[in-house]
Amino acid sequence: MNLNNLTIIEAIAGLKKKDFSCVELLQDHIEALEKHRDLNIFITETLDLAKSKALESDQKYSHNTNAILEGIPLAIKDAFCTNGIRTTQGSKILENFIPTYESTVTTKLFAQGAVMLGKSNMDEFAMGSATHYSSFGPTINPWKEDGSNEQFVPGGSSGGSASAVAARIAMGSTGTDTGGSVRQPASFCGIVGFKPSYGRCSRYGIIAFASSLDQAGFFGRSVGDVALLSDICMGHDEKDATSANIAKPDLAEAMKKNLKGVRVGVPKEYYSENLDPEIEKLWVDSLEMLKQEGAIVEEVSLPHTKYGISAYYVIAPAEASSNLARYDGVRYGLREYKQGMSLDEMYEVTRTAGFGSEVQRRIMIGTYVLSSGYYEDYFLKAQRVRRLMSEDFKKVFEKVDILLTPTAPTSAFSLDNESQMDPLSLYLNDLYTIPASMAGLPAISIPGRLNKKSMPLGVQIVGKRFDEESVFRVAKNMERCFNFNFSPKGF
Amino acid sequence: MNLVEGKTGDWEVIIGLEIHSQVSSNSKLFSGASAEYGGAPNTHVSLVDASMPGMLPVLNQFCVEQAIRTGLGLKGIINKRSVFDRKNYFYADLPQGYQISQFYHPIVLGGYIDIETQDQQEKRINITRIHLEQDAGKSIHDQNPTETYIDLNRSGIALMEIVTEPDMRSAYEAGEFLKKLRSILRSLGTCDGNMEQGSLRCDANVSVRKPGDALGTRCEIKNLNSIKNVTRAINYEVERQIDIIESGGAINQETRLFNADTGETRTMRSKEDAHDYRYFPDPDLLPIIVSDDYIEGIRAKIPELPDEKKERYMREFSFSAYEASIIASDKDVSAYFESVLKEINNPKLASNWITVELFGRLNKNGLSFADSKITVDKMVSLLKLIDNNTISGKIAKEVFDIMFETGDNAENIVEEKGLQQIVDTGAIEKVIEEVLAENQDKVAEYRSGKDKLFGFFVGQVMKKSGGKVNPQSLNDILKSKLI
Repeated sequence: MNLNNLTIIEAIAGLKKKDFSCVELLQDHIEALEKHRDLNIFITETLDLAKSKALESDQKYSHNTNAILEGIPLAIKDAFCTNGIRTTQGSKILENFIPTYESTVTTKLFAQGAVMLGKSNMDEFAMGSATHYSSFGPTINPWKEDGSNEQFVPGGSSGGSASAVAARIAMGSTGTDTGGSVRQPASFCGIVGFKPSYGRCSRYGIIAFASSLDQAGFFGRSVGDVALLSDICMGHDEKDATSANIAKPDLAEAMKKNLKGVRVGVPKEYYSENLDPEIEKLWVDSLEMLKQEGAIVEEVSLPHTKYGISAYYVIAPAEASSNLARYDGVRYGLREYKQGMSLDEMYEVTRTAGFGSEVQRRIMIGTYVLSSGYYEDYFLKAQRVRRLMSEDFKKVFEKVDILLTPTAPTSAFSLDNESQMDPLSLYLNDLYTIPASMAGLPAISIPGRLNKKSMPLGVQIVGKRFDEESVFRVAKNMERCFNFNFSPKGF
Repeated sequence: MNLVEGKTGDWEVIIGLEIHSQVSSNSKLFSGASAEYGGAPNTHVSLVDASMPGMLPVLNQFCVEQAIRTGLGLKGIINKRSVFDRKNYFYADLPQGYQISQFYHPIVLGGYIDIETQDQQEKRINITRIHLEQDAGKSIHDQNPTETYIDLNRSGIALMEIVTEPDMRSAYEAGEFLKKLRSILRSLGTCDGNMEQGSLRCDANVSVRKPGDALGTRCEIKNLNSIKNVTRAINYEVERQIDIIESGGAINQETRLFNADTGETRTMRSKEDAHDYRYFPDPDLLPIIVSDDYIEGIRAKIPELPDEKKERYMREFSFSAYEASIIASDKDVSAYFESVLKEINNPKLASNWITVELFGRLNKNGLSFADSKITVDKMVSLLKLIDNNTISGKIAKEVFDIMFETGDNAENIVEEKGLQQIVDTGAIEKVIEEVLAENQDKVAEYRSGKDKLFGFFVGQVMKKSGGKVNPQSLNDILKSKLI
């Protein structure tokens, strides 16, 4: 039996009908995992645990006590703390860290019967756009350009979770998205990736990168699957002061609606010379498709977009420089210490050994922009830009219901592509995802088509803050129109 | 003006204080862990307090209420929007690598306390701001020659930092300010004011100048843990600074530590080594927004504060300012006094027995008010016996001595020892007649004009009766017998 190509919703139906068991479903995914270990998807595999969980889930199906996600194999990004299971945040500094607590998001997924395959690879502390800044080696994208023998990046920082779903190793997965870390890898891997509004999912137990931007996100091979995972995980949590205490959106209801009368905005500032022509073509074609479905498309302006990347790369490192201060070798994690060292020396050698180059770079940037004398020129100015960007969106959303944009300016690139892999080019890859992060908006990336070299391309749908319903309404209809049903060769 | 004499003339001393007062609250500022003092090391520590990865602070609203109550009690303005900032620095007992504090937008602005100066003048000391922040843990260096231990019980406990203007001009004024502040905080119930347990810690900013000159360079003296040490440290620092300037030197702006054993201050770090704390708004926490209704609700529940109490005692009971302030300045004492008054409506008598007799004995024995065995009931039992003439004032003091030792009830002691006052006229007459009969020569002398002998007879009667005769009755009857 090959159950790997099923969506979560199809699998749940099959399990309910006893077409196959949770153990069988898991076994197929474990086989795929074992076959494709070269993709380096997991930092920690939890297959024994998964097997016993699947057995339990089968019991529940036979007793009709199955929960919503009963027996569904998922990958969990290693940014989510999992009780009793090593959680590294992709960093050597937490290489041996085993939490004694469970994040709210994973608590909710496990309570609904999800089976965890393992903790998936990520850029260290979620800082990166290619999942090659991991202390545990890069994750490889199952997609390859036609005729190429190179390895392609899955995007990042949630690259392990995205690759797992694209490679049919997991049915769905969790990610975190600070500036695009779910949406960009989704687009690179030809799957659906969704970041809810800031405040929709509790950040409790998610290892922080930049607290004002971090948000849990979800991957799946269908809009419906991602809606299901999101619906389970969203909601207020008193353990996170920034989580929104408002009613949850009704995604299932929203996805039943057609596109008649939906107002779609096209930000004119998003036409950029850095935008891959094939992606631009997909974007333009998608707008035409929306019109044919009865949507009203109009051009809008987000004038402060051009400062987005600069402001983001001030605010996110500033928060990170402070959030990462706790990794000091004193209480947990790596400690490099030799007899006779002073406390400051211990900090220095521990943090030098424990943090990789990109994390160190961002800590330094963040420390700099918060320093006395620079705070006003950098941090405060970036905060002002952020506010202006939010106001841009507010104005635009008075006229339109959603925005349609590219997800990333490029398709997945090769690990050996030096011009793409230098830090600055990687920062620029967040061009289209950062604005929604800065304003805390819900945004989804869905796969549209393959490019000429057979690499997947995605488009992004951005909604008003807390209007996940419009996002899913449009995503569901576009998914039907695109009818994207490609999988990477050999998967 | 209060000036300090130097070799080159008089110097004016400028003092501002920063007080860290622990908010009275069962749990910490951002976690549910216990904020109780004591406890074995690292037993009151939550995952948040230890800054485990992925843990988030959640604000304890009660601490906000306490800070607002304090701000109102100190006549400050409550900011309806205040923001938590991170103060970033590395230290082993600071688990997050930052302290959550309020730098840019504190919860309270302004306020003041009126103190009495050395020359009994009322003086207003202005408060700049009050903000909420979390405490760090404790590094323990003296348990092992090569290791430092960390105790995180204190980590995350809520503090109110109260910052004054540089309005104090002597160590005495600083001491008076602290006493008054402590008494107000205790009345409000927002801080227990216990300096030994670290509930109230003080940093002092001290500088000197020639009167009329611009402000001198200041030094900050850290972590003064008693009012006595605050005044000692300031006095030492003033002399040190004057000596340096008068011998041609200049003061370095620096942070200094006070050594309570030697009474000296020494450099802790210079201005050049000062931290850049990189303050920025804490993104894990929302701004604190409070409504007028919320503030007024807290204001309505603020108890009578020491100054108001003092004025009321002066007004209602005709107490002197001194007497009124002794009782009013301590919340426990005034509560005791008022409980006694409920049982026996004689404010003068109650005040006298509390401030003179009880405090006198406590002082003599080196005890605090809290150590006293004289509960309200006990005090009332004694005062009732005095008030209804069962015992004389003199006997009462003897009874009180026993009560103070044993904690026994006044009635029991009087009963047991037969100390009831003799008020029966017949019985008093009998004793007087005996005395007069025994001293007929003196009676003759008296009658021939030696009035002073009256006291002799009184003394004899008292001696014979064991001091139990009511003095007024004795006087009256004795006079009539001697005519």
